[in-house]
Amino acid sequence: MSDFRTALGRARGLGSAKHGVGHFIGQRVSAVALLCLTLWGVASALSVAAGGYEGARTWLASPVNAALLGLLILAGFYHAQLGIRTIIEDYIERPVTKAALLVLNAFVGWGAAALGVVSILKVTFGAGS
Amino acid sequence: MSDAPPVLRARPLSPHILQWRWHITMATSILHRVTGVGLYVGLLILAGWALALASGPDVYGTYSGLLGSAIGKIVLFGVTVSLFFHMANGVRHLVWDFGKGLAPRTADITAWIALAFAAVAAVGVWVLAAVTGALRP
Repeated sequence: MSDFRTALGRARGLGSAKHGVGHFIGQRVSAVALLCLTLWGVASALSVAAGGYEGARTWLASPVNAALLGLLILAGFYHAQLGIRTIIEDYIERPVTKAALLVLNAFVGWGAAALGVVSILKVTFGAGS
Repeated sequence: MSDAPPVLRARPLSPHILQWRWHITMATSILHRVTGVGLYVGLLILAGWALALASGPDVYGTYSGLLGSAIGKIVLFGVTVSLFFHMANGVRHLVWDFGKGLAPRTADITAWIALAFAAVAAVGVWVLAAVTGALRP
């Protein structure tokens, strides 16, 4: 036997879906993005922390700061959601519990990311008026 | 077909976690996961900060007051350490992806470098924060 594919797989003749490494690549591309974004984030946090409410509003009124902070939050939650997913898949055996936690992971991650991005946009667009 | 009940050979087991001698690459591997979870908390704090800023001066005042409290500072320092460790160890992972740096001696050395970087960078950022007045309430 030289072919280990299933009968159905052979009949369809399509081979793999060709996107099995999506998780691996997504994790690494977002890692490289976050390497830059988090260093910028730490430097920004140092300057923003001393400025109080008005200072923070002024800082976030800048489109560059708003865009980079939005990207930091989006790339961060994307990367984190992939990582937490791996942890859940590694340690949780019961299928129902695992599925529930995976859904919760996606909801919390994307929910918090959406709240963060919309809040950024509200401050940025509100600043011009 | 034999009538004899199937005899199951004892399956090989990997050594139990308590049988392993702690070594530095094992510690950094575990810490990578732990700090990853820590950074998830950090991201929630960051998203919450944006939400507080969008909710007006009163909410922002309460939120930054929480972050500036003793417990808030401890949490934020933990997030800083987690960030710099996860960052340095993440770079190790990226190098390993190219098949480099996997020799035991090299991996040991880079593990210590990642730990040292995390400690120095986190303390450095907080000293900088103290000097520039970022820690004042």
